[in-house]
Amino acid sequence: MLSEGGSFMKGMAMGGIFCLGLSLFGSFSPATEHGPGEHHHHHVKAPSKDELTRLSDGRVLELVNQVRVSCIIMVQPKILVYWATALDTWSKHCDKAVFYTSESSKALEAVDLNEKDDWARLRKALKHAYENAGDLRWFFVAKATTFAIIENLKHLVLAKDPEQPFYLGNAMKSGELEYVAYESGIVLSYEALKRLVNVLEDEEKCPERGHALWAMSEDKQLAVCLKYTGVFAENGEDSHGKGLFNSKSVDSLITDSMRDNPTNVVEGCCSDLAVTFNEMSPNQMQVMMFGVYRLRPYGHDFHDLLVFQPPEGSDND
Amino acid sequence: MKGSSSRLAFSLGFLVGACSIYFFLRQVWFERSYPVLTEAQERATAVSESPTSWRKEGAALINLLHPHHADEDSRLADVLYQKVRVLCWVMTGPYNLQSRARHVRATWSRHCNVVVFMSSVEDPDFPTVGLGTKEGRDQLYWKTIRAFHYVYEHHASEADWFLKADDDTFVVVDNLRWILSNHTPEEPIYFGKRFKPYTKQGYMSGGAGYVLSKEALKRFVEGFRTNVCTHTTPVEDLALGQCLEKMGVQAGDSRDTLHRETFHPFVPEHHLTGKFSKSFWYWSYCYYPIVEGPQCCSDLAVSFHYVEAELMYTLEYYTYHLRAFGYRPRYRPSVRQGLTPGPLSQTVVTAGLKAVQEVTDGRAHTTSASSLGGNKTKSETEPEKLGKDDLNSGVTENRTGVTQGRHR
Repeated sequence: MLSEGGSFMKGMAMGGIFCLGLSLFGSFSPATEHGPGEHHHHHVKAPSKDELTRLSDGRVLELVNQVRVSCIIMVQPKILVYWATALDTWSKHCDKAVFYTSESSKALEAVDLNEKDDWARLRKALKHAYENAGDLRWFFVAKATTFAIIENLKHLVLAKDPEQPFYLGNAMKSGELEYVAYESGIVLSYEALKRLVNVLEDEEKCPERGHALWAMSEDKQLAVCLKYTGVFAENGEDSHGKGLFNSKSVDSLITDSMRDNPTNVVEGCCSDLAVTFNEMSPNQMQVMMFGVYRLRPYGHDFHDLLVFQPPEGSDND
Repeated sequence: MKGSSSRLAFSLGFLVGACSIYFFLRQVWFERSYPVLTEAQERATAVSESPTSWRKEGAALINLLHPHHADEDSRLADVLYQKVRVLCWVMTGPYNLQSRARHVRATWSRHCNVVVFMSSVEDPDFPTVGLGTKEGRDQLYWKTIRAFHYVYEHHASEADWFLKADDDTFVVVDNLRWILSNHTPEEPIYFGKRFKPYTKQGYMSGGAGYVLSKEALKRFVEGFRTNVCTHTTPVEDLALGQCLEKMGVQAGDSRDTLHRETFHPFVPEHHLTGKFSKSFWYWSYCYYPIVEGPQCCSDLAVSFHYVEAELMYTLEYYTYHLRAFGYRPRYRPSVRQGLTPGPLSQTVVTAGLKAVQEVTDGRAHTTSASSLGGNKTKSETEPEKLGKDDLNSGVTENRTGVTQGRHR
């Protein structure tokens, strides 16, 4: 018995070294760091003020109706505080906000998908949102741990046609796959969601349990399915090319900017019309509500093309 | 027999070893994700350095450019900048220049008309004034007395109002001007976060910052000249309050038109989300009733205290940069007559209103039924409600840009 155990151990060690050696010799690495210039990825930029002032009145009227957002917010009882905070803060600015949970909670209401698997749950939620879309044409998917400024999302997609497939957010690249990171929110146009719901039925292309022996994260799974329908991930940026979907918190980004641009910290940090931030505590989210919707310097006005009214029955915005 | 079973064990082990290493590598190495570079990063657009807007005059920084944003209309803020001149002096010390005062210089102090950094030791590069005191909590009132005397002597004609702040205070100077625009520098009055004990009329918290009118400053200096006021205690804010009370300077009410505080002695998170324990000194100190939760603080907040370096920049970002596109705030107070930008904007206001009426009928629509929570944001236009506190009588604001755009 002992000698067999010893052989087993020796075998394991040899196997590990063999595998390591093989992969180190390069024939194995599919994930190359993408070099600058060899890209086919797309940037979707928010319209500039000039572009907006050139629009006709009739066109603006169309846009007002078109740019309404349905929020799909994924929650779980274990993040109850975030769930409550999302309910009390940013979700009030969605034209429609539906919470989807893995299991029901006595404290808060949500659509109970009764599903523990993250990817299966996301599939169900997206299907449900599509079936109940009504006349809403833009869909924003986020976990309750993300903070979103919906008005800025509307600004980003203001002049985009939701009958075209759009799949936007903080675009990431893993190997050959480009996908939108979950933590900073995922934006889907009606057409993209329609195509997705159709391909979800295809067990070959878009299985409920992933291909690989281990689970690929659900944001990557989503990208794979969408790719089959001809929809590709695009990076959401403001009119100056700055990213709008942030995977980090404001504090973290400011700290980075203090290190990287010490003479111009705030300008070098984040976009003025940022759409999402992540990794913020519930308290920090309340502070952000104050910072975005209320705190401002007197006498500085913006004459924006559209006006969004404050939601009713609320006092923290 | 033994040989083949150990060979079997070996092969099994080999398989297990190879596979586990493969899976491990796959997760850690092959599946690594990289963010797609934004266009700004690809073009490697360097963040352009802000133009220097200071003129150094001795130890004071005279502001030449009122910081402006590319897309904004800051005519009203500019008028207030001209008419309500604020000199900010910042209480600091040689050991805090790099850790604190530097960040004040880079952020909110750029919005003052003049800023002077007060230290015990002179520093011509920063620059700071040397007050000739020592450092320490027991020197605070000495530093304050000398600082106010210094600004009275050197800068009295350059400003109408004189603000004292700490190097960990964050101030929104534009909002300070809005409060002060309802008063004149000839009034003997001062504003800040009002505390009630030990005085008849209350006194202002030192950390949250306080601002004296020119007349109040005159009387403070006069008080020391005539020995009515002396150095009584190092508790700077209380001592100053007691001196001003003796000299007939009124303790003002700095709250906004909805009675919400504007000067705050703690950080925003503490006021917005914290619950002050009932035994906490704060409850017995506040002159006005404490409000916890979102209504603790005015939209037009003037100051916060205990603000560390990182939070200084974050608050500058929240105040002057980050916003919600097209959002019309609930609170839109007016400014005093006589401070509106001028006749041109008056015609634009009326024309804009009429046009809004015309467009409204075509554009108004209702939102779809909401599922959870209150009503959702409506993207529509609506005619301006003419109320004293609603409509900004000066400048057109947040109105349907279509009509606005056509009038530019």
